[in-house]
Amino acid sequence: MAQTLEVCSNCENKTIKEAISKANKHDTILVKRGTYKEYNIIIDKPLTLIGEDYPIIDGENKGEIISIHADSVTVDGLHIINVGTSYTSDYAAIRVVKKKHFVIQNLKLEKLFFGIYLEKSQYGKVLNNQIMGDAVEEYNSGNGIQLWHCKNIDIDGNTVTNVRDGIYLEFSDFCTITNNVSKNNIRYGLHFMFSNDDLYKNNRFENNGAGVAVMFSKRIKMHYNIFKDNWGSASYGVLLKEINDSEIIGNTFETNTIGINIEGTNRMVYKNNDFIGNGWAIKFRGACYTNNFTHNNFMYNSFDLAYNSRLNDNKFDNNYWSSYAGYDLDKNGTGDIPYRPVKLFSYIVNRTPETIILLRSLFIDIIDFSEKVSPVFTPDNLLDNHPQMKPLSNDQN
Amino acid sequence: MLKILKYSFYDLMRSRWSYVYFFFYLLLGVVLLFLNNNLSKAVITLMNVIITLVPLIGTIFGVMYYYNSKEFSELLLAQPIKRTSIFIGQYLGVALSLSMSLILGLGLPFVFYGIFMSSAIWDFTLLLVTGTFLTLIFTALAFNIALSNENKIKGFGYAILLWLFLAVIYDGIFLMSLVFFEDYPLDKLSLIGTMFNPIDLSRILILLKLDISALLGYTGAVFKQFFGTNFGLIISITVLSLWVIIPTYFIKRKAERKDF
Repeated sequence: MAQTLEVCSNCENKTIKEAISKANKHDTILVKRGTYKEYNIIIDKPLTLIGEDYPIIDGENKGEIISIHADSVTVDGLHIINVGTSYTSDYAAIRVVKKKHFVIQNLKLEKLFFGIYLEKSQYGKVLNNQIMGDAVEEYNSGNGIQLWHCKNIDIDGNTVTNVRDGIYLEFSDFCTITNNVSKNNIRYGLHFMFSNDDLYKNNRFENNGAGVAVMFSKRIKMHYNIFKDNWGSASYGVLLKEINDSEIIGNTFETNTIGINIEGTNRMVYKNNDFIGNGWAIKFRGACYTNNFTHNNFMYNSFDLAYNSRLNDNKFDNNYWSSYAGYDLDKNGTGDIPYRPVKLFSYIVNRTPETIILLRSLFIDIIDFSEKVSPVFTPDNLLDNHPQMKPLSNDQN
Repeated sequence: MLKILKYSFYDLMRSRWSYVYFFFYLLLGVVLLFLNNNLSKAVITLMNVIITLVPLIGTIFGVMYYYNSKEFSELLLAQPIKRTSIFIGQYLGVALSLSMSLILGLGLPFVFYGIFMSSAIWDFTLLLVTGTFLTLIFTALAFNIALSNENKIKGFGYAILLWLFLAVIYDGIFLMSLVFFEDYPLDKLSLIGTMFNPIDLSRILILLKLDISALLGYTGAVFKQFFGTNFGLIISITVLSLWVIIPTYFIKRKAERKDF
């Protein structure tokens, strides 16, 4: 029979460690309101650890706080503060090593180094946690939620602020990352590498130092996310590097220096996205083939597109471009003359970045206009043959 | 000199063109704020207008005023007044009345919109300061051209050419040289290049104050390091002042030596 053990200052168990050592498998430990100065709490049997009214576990900056060394552990409703900082080991508020079927939910983490650190674990859930760091510099701060060599993890409804990387995945496949908010982080809101077949949906990445960086992954789905206010001379809405066969659908990219930076990325679908008020909506860096852009809105970006070669294998069709100046005589909602998204100035800037200082000069407007009338430098076939006359009402979920 | 300045100033204040100019800016300010509802965006649009239109109007107005008041100047020359005070007075009269139209025309709508409450106040002040500088610079250049050309058509031609050169052709040459020498480090060159053209200098000064400066990337960072500091600001203001002082000195010299 599973029983419930209570932990409080005048209960039988004064500390969480004590309760864990007394508990049998599948017991529930109920931590009452209070402050518990404990660290290196090791959960080595399948238990449910629940906090009542957010009890505070204060690690006093001494090291790791909770390590899960058993399958089927649930941790719920704790307020964990003061994780130790170390330059040799990555102390985390909660760490899971090589385990399955865990649930980590409704936690509040503050003053942390790493937040939730999952290593070689599978079939876990990380739900509705609030992670509030106070990171100032990259080298002495950790990540909010970090996955390393994990599979089939659900990360849903978490809020991560002011850490180094909000959500970080490496070698993690078949994960779903949904409804999270990651903002004000000093490096990336979301960062993943070598992680295939993952789904990112309805997340919000806002005002992160360098935006979102995703690299060396395949078959990724990014649906209905919001990338906003990643503004700075080295910031991106999304930086795609070596991402293949993936989908970017229904996302909103608003006021980023570069909406999407694409490098070595092939066979991608970009559909129903909104690019609003970015410096560059899309910047191609090279080695990008068969990227399809259809039914996107490009509105009020300083540059819609930067392209660096004369060879083009990427398709633009049925998009709305706010700077399209064509006409629609047959009133079918599609412009009668094709739109050329690459301005001459954007081509020149790509070749000689220093020329950007002529931005908004009258001369630049004149040469852009003449290039539009008769293209010489920009790729001939880089055009949208069916530019829309009105913004598309893209379904935001 | 003050008397002549006052006379020219009041003369212009009564003229139709000052009102047209004033109302143009007033309308521009109101329409921009009405359409945009966003102060910083309005400032960007205004920058585009100011760096092209202010020099153009300064040049044309300067040349026009000189030729129109030529007979009156000749009448004054017969009086015991120093030549310098006549022409410098006229120049200042034109330049100040134009600046006043600009400042009041743009200032009023923005003040009513609540610029004092907004964080855009410094951007806006910088905009007006550079606008005033551009007026002073281009009116002085226009007076120089007019003083050296008796022929009105030629004078107008040169004035327009001057504007065209600084507003458009200079940037073209600049761009060509940047592209041509792209294998070399160009940051210093582009810094120097902007210094030599008051229009470019004003544009960069305003751009760096706005959000849009993040677009400028690495080059922008170099520029920001230079212009963002007090030292850079002082240098730019000094260069702009030199652009006012040198042509004014030439007005003085030409006026003293000219045979009427």
